[in-house]
Amino acid sequence: MELLYFGDTGWGDELFIATLMTIAVSLTAMVIGFFFSLIFTPLKLSKYKFFNLIGNFYTTVIRGVPELLVIYLFFFGGSGAIMYVAQIFGYFEYIEINAFITGSFAIGVISGAYSTEVFRGAILSIDKGQFEASKVLGLNKYIYFFKVIMPQMLRLALPNLSNVWQITLKDTSLISVTGLVEIMRQSYIAAGSTRDPLFFYSFAAVLYLLLTFVSMKFLNKLEKKYSRGY
Amino acid sequence: MDFELMINSLPKLLSATLVTLKLLSASLFFGLFIGLLFALLRVSKNKFFNGFSYGFSYIFRGTPLLVQIFIIYFGLGQIEYLRTTILWTILKEPYWCAIIAFSLNTGAYTSEILRSAFQTIKKGYTEAGKSLGLKYSTIFYKIQIPIAIKQSLPAYGNEIILMLKGTSLASTVTLLDLTGVAKYIISTTFKPIEVFIVAGSIYLFITFVVHNLIKYLEKKFSYQ
Repeated sequence: MELLYFGDTGWGDELFIATLMTIAVSLTAMVIGFFFSLIFTPLKLSKYKFFNLIGNFYTTVIRGVPELLVIYLFFFGGSGAIMYVAQIFGYFEYIEINAFITGSFAIGVISGAYSTEVFRGAILSIDKGQFEASKVLGLNKYIYFFKVIMPQMLRLALPNLSNVWQITLKDTSLISVTGLVEIMRQSYIAAGSTRDPLFFYSFAAVLYLLLTFVSMKFLNKLEKKYSRGY
Repeated sequence: MDFELMINSLPKLLSATLVTLKLLSASLFFGLFIGLLFALLRVSKNKFFNGFSYGFSYIFRGTPLLVQIFIIYFGLGQIEYLRTTILWTILKEPYWCAIIAFSLNTGAYTSEILRSAFQTIKKGYTEAGKSLGLKYSTIFYKIQIPIAIKQSLPAYGNEIILMLKGTSLASTVTLLDLTGVAKYIISTTFKPIEVFIVAGSIYLFITFVVHNLIKYLEKKFSYQ
């Protein structure tokens, strides 16, 4: 238990900060994922075959390739790609991207593919009459999307989105390979310097369980709130 | 684009694919038994078995696979007693540690899939079997299992693909599977995009094969 003391003698404070880092990366990745699904869901639902193809390509590739490989792509290729773009604009210095940004972007791209599928499924399962009715009523596009489609879609999407959140939260453990100090990396460091890997990795498992448990409780409440009247 | 590198790295990546496939098939094989065992415990009426099975699947589904591998590979070696037993011959090999972690992980997911399949079997089927005077084992093997297989095939197909992606974590415990070799080539040549395309295509090809295999099996099992 001494190993978990806060301060210089134990790893409590370090692990606490690492847990906050995991939460921060997961939330950032989830938000980045939402942006990606905002782009790719309409593409997948579009009438045009070409747009469908792009949307399907994104979700198929990302969901069919291991997360670790995607992370390596961003980790090793990220700064190269940015420098390439910068060189076009005439900037030739070496650019190093922060591990937090690379990590949450990589996880965000992955979680985006999953949430794209979730949103697509949710929109497809909304009753067709809802779309037609809002057209007949002559609602403008803003009200049509935000007041009619969005609330219904959220209700249908929430249970699956909480699965995506779980997946994202667990995927963040993989960013430890890039050196970002989140729960897994901190446990690795602690295990290495105290020679007590069993304790620290088990403690990491407990921290992840705690995170999934608490977030599930919260998301279940949210689901209840959004399914009022059903 | 460095096409030469892509072609040159292909043989290395393909031989690493064999390691990936070995890991995948071994863990799916053991995982299926573990999953079936825990699914049966879960649907049993005994509260203790039920709770034990629920706890198992909750812990393995609620923590990242990476933690599970690290606990088994780095953690278990720390227990002095284990080092003296015969188990140590298995646990000192990263290959077997990876297979143990993967099997337990996929076992937890499989148990959930099978449990829901068992629970959706209509009571009428088993009752019909009972009233025909069939033995319990006949009801189990000839009625419940075939229906459960059919019910759980789509979800199990997803689980195979998830596990295929999971095997990439073997590279974190020094195994040279497809992702491990890809990372090695990337870090020596600094050509991430080319290697990603080749390795990613191999993974997508396996996914494609699994997907179609499951589709074929689904057709075969749908007798209605």
